[in-house]
Amino acid sequence: MWSFPLHPPADSSLATRVDHLFYAWLALAGIVTFAIFFLIVYFSAKYRHDSRANRAMPSGATLRRESHRIEIAWIVTPLVLFLGMGFWAAGLYYAHAAPPADATEVYVVGKQWMWKIEHQSGQREIDELHVPAGRPIKLVMTSQDVIHSFFMPGFRIKQDVLPGRYTVLWFTADHAGEYHLFCTQYCGTDHARMIGRVVVLAPAAFERWLASGNASPSMAEEGKARFRQYGCSGCHGASASVHAPKLEGLFGRRVQLSDGTSVIADERYIHDSVMLPRKDVVAGYEPIMPSFQGQIAEEDLLEIIAYVKSLRDAKPGDIR
Amino acid sequence: MAEAVIVARQFDDAEQQRRASDLGMWVFLATEILFFGGLFVAYTATRLHDPQAFATASRLTNVTLGSINTGVLLTSSLTMALAVRATKLGLRRASIGFLCATAALGIAFLGIKFTEYVRDWHERLVPVLNFAHVGPHAGGVETFFYLYFFTTGLHAIHLIIGIATVAVVATMAARRRFSPDYFTPVELTGLYWHLVDVVWIFLYPLLYLVART
Amino acid sequence: MSSVPLPLPRSYLEEGFSLWSWLATIDHKRIAILYAISITLFFFAGGIAATLIRMELITPAGDLVSADTYNKLFTMHGVIMVWFFLIPSIPSTFGNFLVPLMIGARDLAFPRLNLASWYLYIAGGLFTVGALVAGGVDTGWTFYTPYSTMFSNTHVIAAVCGVFVVGFSSILTGMNFIVTIHKMRAPGMTWFRLPLFIWSMYATSIIFVLATPVLAMTLFLVAIERFAGVGVFDPALGGDPLLFQHLFWFYSHPAVYVMILPAMGVASEIITCYARKNIFAYRSMAFAVLAIAIVGFLVWGHHMFVSGQSIYAGMVFSILTFLVAIPSAIKVFNWTATLYKGSIRFDAPMLYLLGFVGLFTIGGMTGLFLASLALDVHLHDTYFVIAHFHYIMVGGSVMAFLGAVHYWWPKITGRLYPDRWARFAAITVFVGFNLTFFPQFLLGYLGMPRRYHEYPPEFQVLNVLSSAGASVLAAGYLLPLFYLLWSLRYGPRAGPNPWRATGLEWQTASPPPVTNFATIPVVTAPPYQYSPLEDARRG
Repeated sequence: MWSFPLHPPADSSLATRVDHLFYAWLALAGIVTFAIFFLIVYFSAKYRHDSRANRAMPSGATLRRESHRIEIAWIVTPLVLFLGMGFWAAGLYYAHAAPPADATEVYVVGKQWMWKIEHQSGQREIDELHVPAGRPIKLVMTSQDVIHSFFMPGFRIKQDVLPGRYTVLWFTADHAGEYHLFCTQYCGTDHARMIGRVVVLAPAAFERWLASGNASPSMAEEGKARFRQYGCSGCHGASASVHAPKLEGLFGRRVQLSDGTSVIADERYIHDSVMLPRKDVVAGYEPIMPSFQGQIAEEDLLEIIAYVKSLRDAKPGDIR
Repeated sequence: MAEAVIVARQFDDAEQQRRASDLGMWVFLATEILFFGGLFVAYTATRLHDPQAFATASRLTNVTLGSINTGVLLTSSLTMALAVRATKLGLRRASIGFLCATAALGIAFLGIKFTEYVRDWHERLVPVLNFAHVGPHAGGVETFFYLYFFTTGLHAIHLIIGIATVAVVATMAARRRFSPDYFTPVELTGLYWHLVDVVWIFLYPLLYLVART
Repeated sequence: MSSVPLPLPRSYLEEGFSLWSWLATIDHKRIAILYAISITLFFFAGGIAATLIRMELITPAGDLVSADTYNKLFTMHGVIMVWFFLIPSIPSTFGNFLVPLMIGARDLAFPRLNLASWYLYIAGGLFTVGALVAGGVDTGWTFYTPYSTMFSNTHVIAAVCGVFVVGFSSILTGMNFIVTIHKMRAPGMTWFRLPLFIWSMYATSIIFVLATPVLAMTLFLVAIERFAGVGVFDPALGGDPLLFQHLFWFYSHPAVYVMILPAMGVASEIITCYARKNIFAYRSMAFAVLAIAIVGFLVWGHHMFVSGQSIYAGMVFSILTFLVAIPSAIKVFNWTATLYKGSIRFDAPMLYLLGFVGLFTIGGMTGLFLASLALDVHLHDTYFVIAHFHYIMVGGSVMAFLGAVHYWWPKITGRLYPDRWARFAAITVFVGFNLTFFPQFLLGYLGMPRRYHEYPPEFQVLNVLSSAGASVLAAGYLLPLFYLLWSLRYGPRAGPNPWRATGLEWQTASPPPVTNFATIPVVTAPPYQYSPLEDARRG
């Protein structure tokens, strides 16, 4: 009879663990709720004004002592149980917070009202995310306009995507299948239509999918083209006459800034250096880089970032 | 001879009325602190985001006029406190004098602030209207000046209300409404005035002294 | 036994019949009635929006209204219900009416400020209705930036002005209550002899005065940023959209405690009266409301677990959220324990409040699901959250509000309503409410997001159940309108204390005279000195 699902299909070990937590809470909350409902009904029936139940209460001091004991019991017991659940949930959250170092990166740009997805290999998708089963996938996400949220109920995860910032979400899909993708931070008229699907393919099928469709350059290759298109090599290339920070080997390194502080050169750093170049000026350099705010779309910037990432092992002078 | 204290219908006696008014004013001051507090949080978060911009922008404010104004407002708090004390002691002439001095100093503050605004206009530092500062951190500098005009403008509005209240209270004093037994309006006005002063004491270093060490 | 001397002075309702005598009144009881009428109008306006929402959601396709209209509907439903109904509902009607009566005072400390409070409420309401009439607002009641500051094409500034103004109504009410409770208690009315309703009003007022100003500043910043194009929330200028969320929720989380604490106060009054028994552990109950108010200021980040704040901040907010649940749990256990060995009657107010305890328990427990980090990552911004807060605000606060309306109706109007109809309405509301909102817990875990006017077909069955329930709920809400208004003309006149309740408000006439008491009473005992044994013997 009960063919009604209580949870969406689960396709990751995290999803299953979240379901366990949910059902544990359901049980605990159910017990507490049932206990309260039961007591209310029981006391209401037993102590109806016209019932002959025994209403004698112990005297003052005894009553106070007993009441105290009961109160302590029903404060401490729920506190311990609830906090226990809280720590369980926090532990699960913390354990899943950082993506594994070998996760495959996929880039996501949310905009009103679609999800634009780009794989490292250059494959682009709209409102669909193809991933291989069994491999950790790390989504690096940003928004082109307002705050959206990337929600995959099948994996029990979501993350808001913000303009001007990168947020990260990672998961490992267990089996092939199709799952919902929803935008779940209200973003305007077609918020309810900013939906799609996550398609999990067996690894071999995924490789076939990657290879199918129009052969497109990888993100890093696209990024190199953009790097030239926007004139970046004019200052950052080997033959530049302008004194500009070298980008070879930059990504992931610590950079000293002109105000004495230092930052790690990550996606956000590159993004801000292009859009808000006066913000993190490198020590020893003049703040003369122009801003590309409004000129470079977020997806193009992601490609440039992929290119800079690919220069991690490059040597100075490699950029022409 | 002072008039007898009028006790409103809901109160038992004049003492209860005075204590209720006092507590009411303190609660109101708490709301003002939280109101400006939200603004200070916004300032802090924005400054932490781009400290260099704020340092640059702060150097473009007129620290001389700002410091003079701080002195003016602190002095006005002194005259306000003296006005409350004089009223408590039944010294009507002194209390009117100190109240007028307080209002005058408040008006002086507004005048100096207005001069600063005019100079900021000439230096093209007014966001939305004529902001034309170029150079490092231009965006952050504009945000700083947006906060500068917002906070000092809001403060000025509160000061104007304070000056008007002081004027009303001075008139009441002139009409012999107060005595050592009844001076609640003066006391409450004093509390409000000190709050406006305290807000400025926080604004001054946050706006003028960011990088002037 | 009545202690009111004869001949009776005129009641507050008979002190002038002109419109001006009402619009210029400084009598806290008349101001309470002004509020009662206004909030009822707003409740039905918000209810119409809810009706249209539930009608749209009967089918998976967005076929009843356009996407933009739907977005405006849920925004206005939220804005109206939160700021123009729930927040003022109990404090501005029952707080205003009862605080002076319960502590033995002639009025609040600042009667003219009280009237100003109502006018500010009306002014704010006009701005918001203006925004509605001019075409609506579609940002959601949460006004998240940068959508509200830079992308929405609707009347955001007007709506935000309305909320800004109505906030000052709350602030003035809070100021009035704090001063009144501190300074104007009758002789012998010590802090621990105060009715728990007064403790709730006090705790609520602390939140009013400390949290609302932050909302005012935040909305002010949003309006200026939208108007001027510069501001602190725009990432393109180096601003931070997350700053808005921190500032907004710093107010809006305590605001939800504003919406529940008064209901808890009502519960303590009504449950004791109809169980004929003293409240279990009075001091715990009093300290619990203070604890909820104070700790409630520390948990705002639990609305932002997936917003991009650090995971460590998330863990701190999660633990604090668990801690704030404890005093609420204590109260639920104590109300239940109050029934033990009581002598219980099931008049309409009691039915509403027993329903309150049960539904608040469900709402509170599901809050803990959401406080659990890994679970919230899945549940955030789904229908689970909607179900959670409706269980507390509607199953909780609105049921308590209706219970209060029925309990104090004779005191306020001098008339008795037909209890059969009232009990039937209470049961209808309880059944309709659960039918409407329980399916939404399931929808949420299955993954249906909030603020969607169209949805995948697999969610339809639960949505239809929910909408069907809503029609029952609506009937339950409409019923009291009829029999309560009927009672004003045809109901039997009430004596000073038809429920044989303790409390100073029942020691004066129904309706009370303008100055509340012929002579200010002297208090010699704590509240709720009921005797269940005696009552049961009486039968």
